[in-house]
Amino acid sequence: MKFSTAASAFVLGLCATGTSAFAAEQIHIAGSSTVLPYATIVAEAFAEANPSFKAPIVEGGGSSAGLKEFCKGVGDDTIDIADASRPIKDSELEACKAAGVTEVQEIRIGYDGIVFASDIKGPDFAFEPADWFNAIGAQVLKDGQLVDNPNAKWSDVKAGFPDWDIAAYIPGEKHGTREVFELNVLLAGCKATKAYDAFIASGLAKGDAEKACAKVRKDGKAVDIDGEYNETLARIDSNKTGIGVFGLAFYENNKDKLKVATMNGIAPSVETIAKGEYPVSRPLFFYVKKAHLGVVPGLKEYVEFFLADQMIGPRSPAVAKGLVPAPKEERQKVLADFQAGKTL
Amino acid sequence: MTEAASSPPASRIGGTDVRKISKIDIGLKRRYAAERRFRTYGLLAVTIAICFLVALFGSIVSRGYTAFQQTRISMIVDFDPSIIAPNGDRSAAAVMSGNAFRFDDLIAASLQKTLEIDPNDEDALYDGLDLLSKGSAPMLRSMIAADPSLIGTKRSVDFYATGDVDAFIKGSIRADIPESQRLIKDKHIVLIEKLEKEGALRLAFNTGLFTNGASTRPEMAGVGVALVGSLYMMLVVLVLSLPLGVAGSIYLEEFAPKNRWTDLIEVNINNLAAVPSIVYGLLGLAVFINFAHLPRSASLVGGLVLTLTTLPTIIIATRAALKAVPPSIREAGLGVGASKMQTVFHHVLPLAMPGVLTGTIIGLAHALGETAPLLMIGMKAFVVEYPTTPFDPATALPTQIYMWATEPERAFTERTSAAIIVLLAFLLAMNSLAIILRRAFERRW
Repeated sequence: MKFSTAASAFVLGLCATGTSAFAAEQIHIAGSSTVLPYATIVAEAFAEANPSFKAPIVEGGGSSAGLKEFCKGVGDDTIDIADASRPIKDSELEACKAAGVTEVQEIRIGYDGIVFASDIKGPDFAFEPADWFNAIGAQVLKDGQLVDNPNAKWSDVKAGFPDWDIAAYIPGEKHGTREVFELNVLLAGCKATKAYDAFIASGLAKGDAEKACAKVRKDGKAVDIDGEYNETLARIDSNKTGIGVFGLAFYENNKDKLKVATMNGIAPSVETIAKGEYPVSRPLFFYVKKAHLGVVPGLKEYVEFFLADQMIGPRSPAVAKGLVPAPKEERQKVLADFQAGKTL
Repeated sequence: MTEAASSPPASRIGGTDVRKISKIDIGLKRRYAAERRFRTYGLLAVTIAICFLVALFGSIVSRGYTAFQQTRISMIVDFDPSIIAPNGDRSAAAVMSGNAFRFDDLIAASLQKTLEIDPNDEDALYDGLDLLSKGSAPMLRSMIAADPSLIGTKRSVDFYATGDVDAFIKGSIRADIPESQRLIKDKHIVLIEKLEKEGALRLAFNTGLFTNGASTRPEMAGVGVALVGSLYMMLVVLVLSLPLGVAGSIYLEEFAPKNRWTDLIEVNINNLAAVPSIVYGLLGLAVFINFAHLPRSASLVGGLVLTLTTLPTIIIATRAALKAVPPSIREAGLGVGASKMQTVFHHVLPLAMPGVLTGTIIGLAHALGETAPLLMIGMKAFVVEYPTTPFDPATALPTQIYMWATEPERAFTERTSAAIIVLLAFLLAMNSLAIILRRAFERRW
């Protein structure tokens, strides 16, 4: 038929124009959705500052998905950079090496802070990790005994907290944020309340006791949010006595709706996180395929551009968006390590 | 006793016949009541559906319509040759190279003039620059590169205000909340009022929403790349799925023998139409990207995956349309000596065409709104530059909506709804086209 002839001619034409476009013309990035806003800011600024390179393509998808894509191999159809909100795991590095990605460069770009916030019209909260552990831990210490969490209201957790039903919206288990939350809040609270010692005394090994500490109650008082922070905000909008976990940047953008709580008496801010005073923060990374440097146009320049003070320094656009900058020496060391070609 | 009280005297007089008729009457009443109830249920169902639809459209439109307008700040820019082309080279290449900050200087100078800022007062200058989009300098740069004859002139340029200023002007950031919780500070409000008084600040139609690519600055972000990506994908889907689907269904309907194999194929096609589209995304990732090594994020791969999702729909619609052509047409064709193929292509297919086209367009509309499979093949990405071929990275309208919906800035919230409006407009246009084509070619027997 006439139509199908035209159609096949079109497809053939597509293939003909396509083969030439196959060589990687631009940087391809995928990974953590926490790093995504910073990566896009830098990608945009990079394209504006270097009109000779094409703008990098940045995808989200999560740290694990990004690293999996990253470790698929070397070549045009694989990504060049994986963003991650946690260090690469040994198992992932092995998978990388097995697929031929033998040289991986680690770039630490700064820090991310996690804040606890409730509705703007509610009372002020001053939390300690122990309060969170007692509120949402699966098993807590009561009168010296390990029991299933009996606390139903915040006022049960600590005198002085409001008479609110506990409703905590915490990051879901696939979130990179969850690990930091478990380590710096639940585990810290578990140790502070001596529940950790009780777990050990009950015969658990060290690792199992830590796992027991990080376990969250399953009776609906703690809700895992697997989506974005917007969803957490919507939950708090509909339940004014809920308390949510947010990224610092998200909170900064929604200050008119949310009231932030202090942790160990320290209010989260770019300064307190950079100084290491605020306890709930984590480093952010991206990983570069060394084999692609010099092959993908602009890759080396992009990494150096990313590490410039103008991008992730104290008064940079990434910081305005919520990134907590690393101290100057650390930033300089990261850049020097990259330029020296240091690999993992 | 009870018998006499309950039954009317007439029935006893008239005997069995009257009683029968009155019983039938009672049954009729009940059946009428049942029908009325059924009608009420139906009406209720339709009303509820309409209420939901109105609420959905109402919320989307009320949230999104503001995004079609945007705050602009117009200022007189002095295109000073000594700043733009310090070495005298006015070519586009020279403009795009060299010190990038010289364009910020141009903007700072014109802002100082417009707001009458003391040139030595740096704080005031930075407060003023806070109002302008951070994309202003690159915009000015590419504007000069596109038209180097601007150098040496003085003319008014429309700059974008930042998303926060835009949200403030439109009222989604309110002035009556305490300053510490507000993204627009008091010092900015003073400047905004000053600009408004001078007539430099105005709302204009937001063309950038349709022409710009992705941006981290909401005021510079648009669905341009997504539109082109979606267009390429629709083209690939149309070119592949229409001939394949129509050829497949003609063979199955007109030529294939009816046996266990064709039954199996039919069952499978019906099954495939119901497979969740994310499965096709995984398939596309495995086959087109990992095995065939097609580029990630390319609209060609998106189009191929969407072809897979729409093919069953098109085949089912085409087969139904072919089935609806009366057998007398085929018999008449064969009867006057036409071959089977001539009968099908000269008589049956033209008569089935309205149904085929409707099925295809509805399949395409379905593919246009499809999101899940695109997430798997990397089309949820930050893409700034327009794709020139279907092999270049691109996004699609639904993935763009998904990405904007996760952004924290207030200005992205309204853009999300605006992008939904754009998508709905396309869907509406495609469905109307389907109706028009059906009306135009429809043949009744």
